[in-house]
This record gives sequence, structure tokens and C-alpha cells, in this order.
Amino acid sequence: MLTYKFDWAIVTSGKYFDWIVSGFYVTIKLSAVSIALSFLLGLIIAIMRMSHFRPVRWFAHGYLEFFRNTPLLVQIFFWYFGSYKVLPAVANDWLVKQDFEFAAAVIALTIYTSAFIAEDIRSGVRSIPKEQMEAARSSGFSYIRSMQYIILPQAVRLTIPPLINQFLNLMKNSSLAMTIGVAELMYQARQVESYTFKGFEAFSAATLVYVALSFTITGLMTLYDKKVLQPLKGR
Amino acid sequence: MIGGLDFSVVWDNLSYFFIGRYPKGRLGGVGLTLYLAVVSLALSFIGGLVLGLLSVSRNRLIKWGSMTVIQTIRGMPLLMVIFWMFFLLPAMLGGGMTADWTIIVALTLFTSAYMSEIVRAGIVGIPKGQTEAAISTGLSHGQAMIHIILPQALRNMIPSFVNQFVSMIKDTSLAFIVGVTELTQVATQMNNRTMLYPTEIFLFIAVIYFIICFAFTELSRWLERRLAYRKSI
Repeated sequence: MLTYKFDWAIVTSGKYFDWIVSGFYVTIKLSAVSIALSFLLGLIIAIMRMSHFRPVRWFAHGYLEFFRNTPLLVQIFFWYFGSYKVLPAVANDWLVKQDFEFAAAVIALTIYTSAFIAEDIRSGVRSIPKEQMEAARSSGFSYIRSMQYIILPQAVRLTIPPLINQFLNLMKNSSLAMTIGVAELMYQARQVESYTFKGFEAFSAATLVYVALSFTITGLMTLYDKKVLQPLKGR
Repeated sequence: MIGGLDFSVVWDNLSYFFIGRYPKGRLGGVGLTLYLAVVSLALSFIGGLVLGLLSVSRNRLIKWGSMTVIQTIRGMPLLMVIFWMFFLLPAMLGGGMTADWTIIVALTLFTSAYMSEIVRAGIVGIPKGQTEAAISTGLSHGQAMIHIILPQALRNMIPSFVNQFVSMIKDTSLAFIVGVTELTQVATQMNNRTMLYPTEIFLFIAVIYFIICFAFTELSRWLERRLAYRKSI
């Protein structure tokens, strides 16, 4: 360690800097696509989980438990290596025409995260006292309208912090996509290390980017909690 | 054959999936997964307790210092921590660390940061009056923490610890990256060797992980209910 010569220049400019930057873009792209899709899917599963029709509710429950209690890495491998035997031919044809590594990572991240998001949405809705629903119904709102005007606006405010937290986890989890060859930030950092043997610099650069992203989002969340949620609780 | 899938590759290698080459060779598969998870959890319990106590310290320097460490680790992906350990530990210790132990150190470091938040929340959750009462009976701050606050806080934390164990089992799958032959690595080896049954192999290990993790998730829920019940009396 004492003989190690630091060379920060390789990660602040030139070819290797470009690699890191391109990795950063892929991480952002992968995270953004998966966040959007997992929110939609999570919302659907949450609604199914609260359905009054039992088979639908049970399906959603099974989905939640299964995908929450299985490692993301195994899910990534399943979609990447094994999904062709269980998907219909049309889906396989379509997937092969895409950037398949990227698509498999998106599918795995989306399904994994949607299970966590669905639980967060459900507990947000459940935290609104059910008297509110009864009051809304007895003043003439339909079920849908009560949800729309009374329950959901309040639930959404409470759900935002845990959701942001899940998105943050997703961003960090997207690093696992390197295992199937998606050239995101971690992949590129490793690549720089193996080309230059400057692992310390390469990993520092990647760590800095991840930590900076996390701190920014956590900071915004604390601000939201202080400015929006705490004043509401005071009333 | 189930729905066009052929699981014979799994049944033929069942013992390899569960215990690796043990007892003739090294422990692997599910056995190694559980071993890594249990050892790392025990160590991160200690790490989390220390970091958690430091982060509620009345000394500002210690408090902010430990908070910075905790938040930085929490801001990193686990994979990053693993790479750091693989890179730094040999440099610092001059080699000689096995892959198993490097993974254990990485998992411990990572989980300690999360554990410390549980510990801190547990300590903060005990009403202030308890500390005040303890101090007015003549205990020092340290004694009040050890004899009054921690025993109550730790009991409230038990369900969260069990949840953390579930995360830990899932996280051990990342040991695959560095060639530790836990369950995911065994599955990948098997897949590379046979080439034809990726669906069956990965479905099978997903189910194994699920059974283990789900059992502990349920245990944590049960503990939570029991704790709430005892508090209500």
C-alpha cells in the first residue's frame, strides 16, 4: 500500500473518465425506466391486494411474498438465462430484438421493486382512518370518488417518503445488472480497474457518484418531511 | 416433467445444491449460504450496536463522525462494498484472507450500518423519562444505558433483527461475484456445466431462497404481534 502511486488524472479526464460517465448514464437510464415501470406495476398490485375479490387478492399476496423473499440476483439470472422456456414465443422474439441484457435487468428490477412499492402504497392507504371513508360515503361520494378526493390525496403524501426510499434502493440495486453485462457505473468502474490497475481511483469515482446521488435524494426527502409532513401532523 | 420443464438436473445434484462437496470437501450451497448469513449477522449485531451507540453519543464529534460513516455506507450498493473489501483487505493485511471471510467482512460492514439505524431508532423510541428517572436514582449515563434503556430497546428491536436476517440471506447471493460457492454460485456452475436447464435451476433456487426467507419473515411478524400483545398488557 505504501508503494501505491495515486493517479487521479485517469478518472478525471480522458478515455477512462468517459467510461465512467457513460456508466453513469446507463445507471440513470436503467434506474429511470425501472422506477417508472415498477411504480405502475406496484400500484396495480397494491390495488389488487386491496380488492374485495378473493382470488385477485390472493394472487397479489402470493406475488408480493414471492418476489420480496427471493434475492434480486437470482431473479436477474432467471430472466436473463431462464425466461425463454416460460415466456410465449412472441415475447421471446420481441425480447431478442431488444438490447436483451438491458431488458432483462429492467424486468427483474421492475418486478422486484414493484413488490416493495405495492406494500408501501397499501400501508399508506391503510394509515388513513376508515372513518374517513365512511364519512365520505355517507356524505354522498361514491367509492371511487371517495378514494379520488379524500383517501388517495392523503395517502399519497404519506407514501412519498417510502417510495423515494424504494427508488433509491432500486438505483443502488441496478449495480447488479453488471453481472449480466449491462455496462452501468459499477461495470465501467471494474472495467477501468482491469485496464489500468488503478482500482482505488476507479472505485472512488464510482462510490462518489453513488453516495452523491443517495445524499441528494435523502436530503430532499428530509426537506419534504420537514416542510410538508411535519406541519400536517401538527394540526 | 412439469409444464415442459425437466427438473431431473436438480434431483440428480440435490446434495450439491444443499451442502456442496461436504463432508468430503468444502461446505457449499444452502449450507454455506446459511453459514455466511449467520456469521455475518452475529458480527453485524455487534457492529450495529457499537455504531448505533456512537450515533446517539452526546459528544458531537463522535455523533457526526459515526453518522457520516453510517450514511456513506448506506449510500453505496452492497456490490461496491464487496469490491472495496476485495481490493482493500489484501492491501491492508498483506493477503491471506479467504474469499469467504472477505465476503463476511463486506456483509458485516454493510449490514452494521443498517443495524445501527435500527438500534438508534430503538434507543430513541424509549421515553426520555426513563433516562431521567434512572439518572435521578443515581446511575451514570452509561449505567442508565446498559441497565435501563438497552434491555428494553433490544427487545423491541427483535423483529427488525429477524427482518435483517432475511435481507442478509438474500444479500449472500452476491458472494457469487467473487466465486464463493454458496447457493447462487452453485446454481451458476450447474447451469454452465449443463447449459440446457437454466429455467429449472434458477426456479429451483428461487424457491429454496423463498422458503427460507418466507419462514423468517413470518417469524418476524409473529414476534411483532407477540411484542405488541405483551406491551398492551
